[in-house]
Amino acid sequence: MNPSAQKTLSVKTLQIDGKDVSAREDQTILDVARENGIFIPTLCNLDGLTPIGACRICLVEVKGARRLLPACITQVQDNMEVFTNSETLVKYRKMILELLFAERNHVCSVCVANGHCELQSMAQKLGVDHIRYPYLYPKLSVDASHDRFAADHNRCILCQRCVRVCDEIEGAHTWDTMGRGTSAQVITDLNQPWGTSETCTSCGKCVQVCPTGTLFEKGRASGEMTKREFLPYLTLMREERE
Amino acid sequence: MSKARIATIWLDGCSGCHMSFLDIDERLIELADKIELVYSPLVDAKEYPENVDVVLCEGAVSNEDDLKKILKVRARTKILVSLGDCAVNSNVPSMRNPFGVEAVCHRAYIENAQLNQQIPNQVIPQLLKRARPIHECVKVDVFVPGCPPSADSIYYVVSELLAGRMPDTASKTRFGA
Repeated sequence: MNPSAQKTLSVKTLQIDGKDVSAREDQTILDVARENGIFIPTLCNLDGLTPIGACRICLVEVKGARRLLPACITQVQDNMEVFTNSETLVKYRKMILELLFAERNHVCSVCVANGHCELQSMAQKLGVDHIRYPYLYPKLSVDASHDRFAADHNRCILCQRCVRVCDEIEGAHTWDTMGRGTSAQVITDLNQPWGTSETCTSCGKCVQVCPTGTLFEKGRASGEMTKREFLPYLTLMREERE
Repeated sequence: MSKARIATIWLDGCSGCHMSFLDIDERLIELADKIELVYSPLVDAKEYPENVDVVLCEGAVSNEDDLKKILKVRARTKILVSLGDCAVNSNVPSMRNPFGVEAVCHRAYIENAQLNQQIPNQVIPQLLKRARPIHECVKVDVFVPGCPPSADSIYYVVSELLAGRMPDTASKTRFGA
């Protein structure tokens, strides 16, 4: 039994998009919205990993708050009034998505993840049909030093799912993040070629959770990198053991 | 009813979008009753005419000639459609952008050439510093992403425009489609 579950949790009531909903006090706005069938777009969030609010696509408006709040890491409060789909939010979400595209070299047509990419499908879902910002066209590397996997930093949106799954689920913490702003990058061990990493167990979890074509299995051609959803199963098995 | 004056142009692209346009098959015959194709790589007009109603533009703006063409096209056209990923986000042509023109030309014409190793500077238009999406150069009215956009989505866009409506492309196509 999970020790935190033994504690009594109080119930909070709040409004999302004018709908009265109730939630456990430890739930986030995103959790409650999903339970109630209210759609909030997400990119970095993944069930089974600690939410970190990295991508900001899930921003919502909360009445009385001076800024927009990421739904994935904002805990519910009594009498909160949340808006998930205002004009402002639609505008900002599109901007955020366009900035992600402008920041790196996302060439969907030749990407291993074409047709299976969460960034690509999110663009379609939010109606982003072109990028209004100047592209940065950074010169980024592809690390193909690992026997089975490769990392193409051109496609990375810094969601840090790889960092989290490697640390929280596999327990190796091979992946981490280096640098700030547009020069931030995910790295293996002490920023060395993936193939030389001593901590990497080659489990491939990072590859499976990557939302784009950044981490992929070698030998996959354009559009061939599909992902398996394994986290819900692992999480369930671990909960049972506890 | 007078026929709509339609044009298509081909900048830095692979012609795949034009192929996809032709893929609308027998619906071309239906379209032919409603449109006059006044300029296109598919017909023999030499000069881009005035008063064009709709132009479908394939390809990124990659060299001086592309830029000259798109400026003229914009000035002479009511509705400019960015057709396909190269036009919309400069796609594959933009993969040279992180390296710079000099390095790319050196790679193509010196390192990888067997004979007459020299970088061309006459007759063919000079490359711009970067391959750019069309909307960075001129105003674009309709975006149709896809590599290439499917025949159905192109037919949908053209039909909507002919009916006087602005097409909603998000439900039909996407980047890389």
